[in-house]
Parts: sequence; C-alpha cells; structure tokens
Amino acid sequence: MPESSERGQRLAARYQQGGDGSGRHSEIASGPGRLLVTLYGIFTVGASSRSLYQLSTRLHEAPLAYTLSAVAAVVYAFITLALVRGGEGARKAAVVCCCLELLGVLGVGTWTLLDASAFPDATVWSRYGMGYLFLPLALPVTGLWWLRRSRRTG
Amino acid sequence: MLTPLTVTLAVAALALAAWCGHAAYRDQPTKDWHFLGMAVVTLLALVQLVIGIVQLARGQEPADGTLLFVSYQIGIVCCVPVVALMSLTERTRWGSLTVAAGALVLAVLQVRLYDIWEGVGA
Repeated sequence: MPESSERGQRLAARYQQGGDGSGRHSEIASGPGRLLVTLYGIFTVGASSRSLYQLSTRLHEAPLAYTLSAVAAVVYAFITLALVRGGEGARKAAVVCCCLELLGVLGVGTWTLLDASAFPDATVWSRYGMGYLFLPLALPVTGLWWLRRSRRTG
Repeated sequence: MLTPLTVTLAVAALALAAWCGHAAYRDQPTKDWHFLGMAVVTLLALVQLVIGIVQLARGQEPADGTLLFVSYQIGIVCCVPVVALMSLTERTRWGSLTVAAGALVLAVLQVRLYDIWEGVGA
C-alpha cells in the first residue's frame, strides 16, 4: 500500500519535528498552553450551557444579550479546539479567533457601558467581563501572547 | 441548601488553590498530597450534590429554577477531577497552576450556587 506508507513517513517526520520531548502534539497545548486550554474549556462549557439555557427558555427577554452570549460560546469552543489540535493552521485560526474575541470583549464592553438599556440581562462580555473577574478580557491577550511565542520558527 | 457546607467547600477550594498556586510558584508539579487535597474537595462536592438532590426531592425549590441549580451542581462536581487529570498529563508547574485555577473557579461557582438557591441577583 503506497499511500499508507507515505502517510506513515509523513507522521514520522512530524513526530521527529517535535522531538525535543514536547511530543508531536505541538507545543501549543502544553506548558502555559495547558492552563490556557483549561480556562478556554471552562469558558466554553460555561458560555455554551448558559446561552443554551437562556436561548431556549427566555429568548424574548433579552435577545441581543443572549445571542451575543451564544456567539461568544462558539468563539470559545473554536479556540479551545484549535489550541488542543495544535499545528500551524490551527494556530493561525486561533490567532484570528483571539482577535475576534478581544474585539468582542472591547466592543460589547463599551456598548454595555454606553447603552445599558439595550441589555436587560448581562452577557459574558458585559462591562469587559467584570462579572467574570475580567477573565474574558485577560484570556485573549494571554492567548495572543502565547500563540505568538509558540510560533514555529522552522 | 446547606449553607455551612457551601462555605466549607468554598474555603476548602480556596485553600487548595493557594496550595497548588504555591507549588506552581516553587516550580513544582502536583504531588500525591495535592491529589489527596483534590480528592477531599471532590468528595465535599459530591456530598453537596447528594444533599442538593435530596432537598429537591423533598419539594424544596431553588429561587432561580431547578435546571440551573442542577447544572451548576454538576459543573461543581466535575471541576476538580478535570483539572486533576490535566495536571496528571502536564507534570510541570503549569499543571499545578491549572489545578489552582480550577479550584478558584469552584469557589466562584459556590457563590453563584448560593445566589441561585436564594434568588439573589441574576
């Protein structure tokens, strides 16, 4: 089977690339990255279950806030996946999403301060994530820093 | 809901966070004693879950809804075991810091759980 042996060689090459002990699983998800993955995982679970609950039980109360929470949940889920998967493509995608997330936090945060009446209920990103110890603001910044640092120089 | 247990669990979680945070500060991975601490916190969370279910079964109702209350309880029980697994596969200071973060989240969830039961805030 020529195809499978080719694939095997590719895998072996990939394995050797990360042969400094950090493993083939790319260094994005290890070290400080592990903490980042955990936090993003927690936010994914939190934001998605929250928005599922809110969208399914009382969408009419604050449609804008709940929809934004759902968007945040999708962004978090995507970044978590990208961090776990690793690799250059996933890294680039994660960078884009972290920027999106940062824009979201800053945008929605400012919006909630300027026009509080548009939000009868809070979103994850309200007031720059104050209800979540400002973690929603700290995460994308840390994420971008980490993704930049772990960029492969090869 | 049993308020003393909620407070105990929150304090235990904060202590665990401080302990593992200290390990991370000293550049150490989590050790057997830390896992014992995690086990204690998880056990407390399980007791809380059982008490919560018993109270629901006896007809008491959380102010913000049963579904929300039960989801939070499940999240609380899963919190520490998940970060414990993470620290098992990440044998560096970052594993310790991950456990500290998970324990902090648990403490915050205790406050939220209390709010949901009493009906304070959102």
